[in-house]
Amino acid sequence: MAKTEITQVRNSLERQGLSDDQLKAIFRNMLLQRQLDNRGFQLNRQGKVPFALGSEGHEALQSGAAMAFERGKDLLAPYYRDLGLALGIGLTPYEIMLSIFARAADHNGGRQFPNHYSSKKAGLISFSSILAAHIPHAVGAAFAMQYRKESGRAVLVTCGDGTTSEGEWHESMNFAAVHKLPLVMLVENNLWAISTPLSRQMGQPDIYKRAEGYGIPGEQFDGFDPIASYGAVKRALDRARGGGGPTLLEGVCYRFLAHSTDDNDMTYRTRDEVTAHRKDDPLPRFERVLLELGILGPPEIDAMRKEVLRETNEATDRAEAMPFPAASELYTNLYEGAWEPWQ
Amino acid sequence: MAVSASSKVMNNVETVRETLYEAMKNDDRTVILGEDVGDRGNVFLITKDFVKEFGPERVIDTPIAEASIVGIAVGMAMEGLRPIAEIQFADFIYPAFNQIVGEAAKTRYRSNGEYTCPLVIRTPYGGGVRGALSHSVSIEALFYHVPGLKIVAPAFPADVKGLLNAAIDDPDPVLFLEHKKTYRLIKGEVPGGHYTIPLGKADVKKAGTQLTVVSYGLYVHWALEAANQLETEGISVEVVDLRSIRPMDRGTILESVRKTRKLLIVHEDNKFGGVGAEISAMVAEEALFDLDAPIRRHCAPDVPAMGYALPLEEEYMSSPGEMAEAMREMARF
Ligand SMILES: Cc1ncc(C[n+]2csc(CCOP(=O)(O)OP(=O)(O)O)c2C)c(N)n1
Ligand SMILES: [Mg+2]
Repeated sequence: MAKTEITQVRNSLERQGLSDDQLKAIFRNMLLQRQLDNRGFQLNRQGKVPFALGSEGHEALQSGAAMAFERGKDLLAPYYRDLGLALGIGLTPYEIMLSIFARAADHNGGRQFPNHYSSKKAGLISFSSILAAHIPHAVGAAFAMQYRKESGRAVLVTCGDGTTSEGEWHESMNFAAVHKLPLVMLVENNLWAISTPLSRQMGQPDIYKRAEGYGIPGEQFDGFDPIASYGAVKRALDRARGGGGPTLLEGVCYRFLAHSTDDNDMTYRTRDEVTAHRKDDPLPRFERVLLELGILGPPEIDAMRKEVLRETNEATDRAEAMPFPAASELYTNLYEGAWEPWQ
Repeated sequence: MAVSASSKVMNNVETVRETLYEAMKNDDRTVILGEDVGDRGNVFLITKDFVKEFGPERVIDTPIAEASIVGIAVGMAMEGLRPIAEIQFADFIYPAFNQIVGEAAKTRYRSNGEYTCPLVIRTPYGGGVRGALSHSVSIEALFYHVPGLKIVAPAFPADVKGLLNAAIDDPDPVLFLEHKKTYRLIKGEVPGGHYTIPLGKADVKKAGTQLTVVSYGLYVHWALEAANQLETEGISVEVVDLRSIRPMDRGTILESVRKTRKLLIVHEDNKFGGVGAEISAMVAEEALFDLDAPIRRHCAPDVPAMGYALPLEEEYMSSPGEMAEAMREMARF
């Protein structure tokens, strides 16, 4: 890494006020995210789960953002590529594995696809596979906070670049702006929506610039830099918590893997393109920063890797040993209490 | 990949692909629009390489916005194009509900015939593929209530071709439902050359004398499997493949029911307010006194959709075995 870059990071460290421990925690979260991601794909190849979906390339963006989230106060309305955010706000590897294995003890009771997290305890709002449908929910939640005058709280809502094309996305931004709601819209721009590149998704590829049209602040940051992500999200959340209204953030990253185990990305993008982006892989990049700054040494990083692998193995074994939901679970939780369409 | 006049064996996905290809070749008013239909060639590879041959003006990778996919197709259709819009999975058609129900279905009616909407909306639906809550729903009942729409749900490759051609030729909006589990599972002989099967015509897929089973989509195949099993037990079951949900073929159903005097309706969608409800009501109105047993519906439980975990999917879905049992019960009545 070039000297100037280190200086920048040092400066940015001072600016963002992250402690050594916080930086270590961000890095650890990134390692864990990648390990769990890989495990999902491994289990799919072994025929143990029918589907897996990875978040490789989003680690820095998500782990940095999660550090700005205040547990027990803020709410997170994520989407299916947010493993790092889910871990970062307190979901455990075991909970992630329960979702991957669709076990009865999963928050969703094995009903939803993996990565469709839900945890009332962690402040993570349940969402479906229907893109952008959760954005108005986040706005509604932010409205409820404002209505109850719960200052010091905000909603962090995320989605992919492609999802910003949906009507519900625009309608939600507009409402949030009108009511100056405590909301941070974080777009994880990985340049692809399955096979559709940004250029066929929108005429203005700088998504954050739409903010001006809604009359709210907008900011773009390097999604491969966890400190930049933390800084941008922290500023926006602080503003929201203090009654300053919503912000549109855009973290630019890259989707290293195919969309999911059902996709073959080599049908629409080149190996060269992926390799070029891999050169900026946020994990080795941030590792170098921490080493150069002397925050972590090679033996500590090694130990951290081992620990993360052990944690992943344990979570995998423990979740796999758990039972599937019983068939009778198909009928529960449709309404409160007993139900029949004919009374 | 020109179609020769002779028939060949294809699966459902190949048949959709080849039929769309011919439509694109034969009429340059035809355009395809949807998510990932371009370079990726649709998530099931149905339009693979189309963009290379027909160009991005005719094979349009849309932004992720279903309301506008359908709405823009409506505008194209009103101005003389023949759009074929794709909703990537039926589960994601909800944002387009307004454009389908409020607009496409009413264009001709509201303009008193001055404007029309010759539009096809194709979408894969149905379960049994570990698609969980949001990649396995049946949507036909949400739309079959709507005057102004036509809905088809073919199960066999030859029907897929004939009905897709008819849908494309049709002067009004057609919702074309493709059961995704049948995509690669079901193979069959497909006649060569251009042909259409009229919308609104059911097809007797197996003749029988003691019980009529009406179904559509994947469940037609399972019902046939069950009916063949019952044949070995000495019970003769007639299987009617609805093919077309709106308009629906009153004549074929009544003729079959008047012969067998018993009716079982089998569908993957929920029972309450499902397609079986309309069939039951029609048969009760027209042929109640020709029946020897109450009409029965073997349908999905009234829950929103099947879960991801295998036991939840299996509990939701029927099976040839369960269908055979339902048929035996009817036969015994
Ligand atoms: C309403 C809706 N339409 C289509 C889909 C199918 N689909 C699932 S993910 C996806 C691409 C999303 O891209 P983006 O928002 O950029 O997120 P990414 O996967 O790149 O993180 C599509 C089209 C869906 N789930 N919901
Ligand atoms: Mg994307």
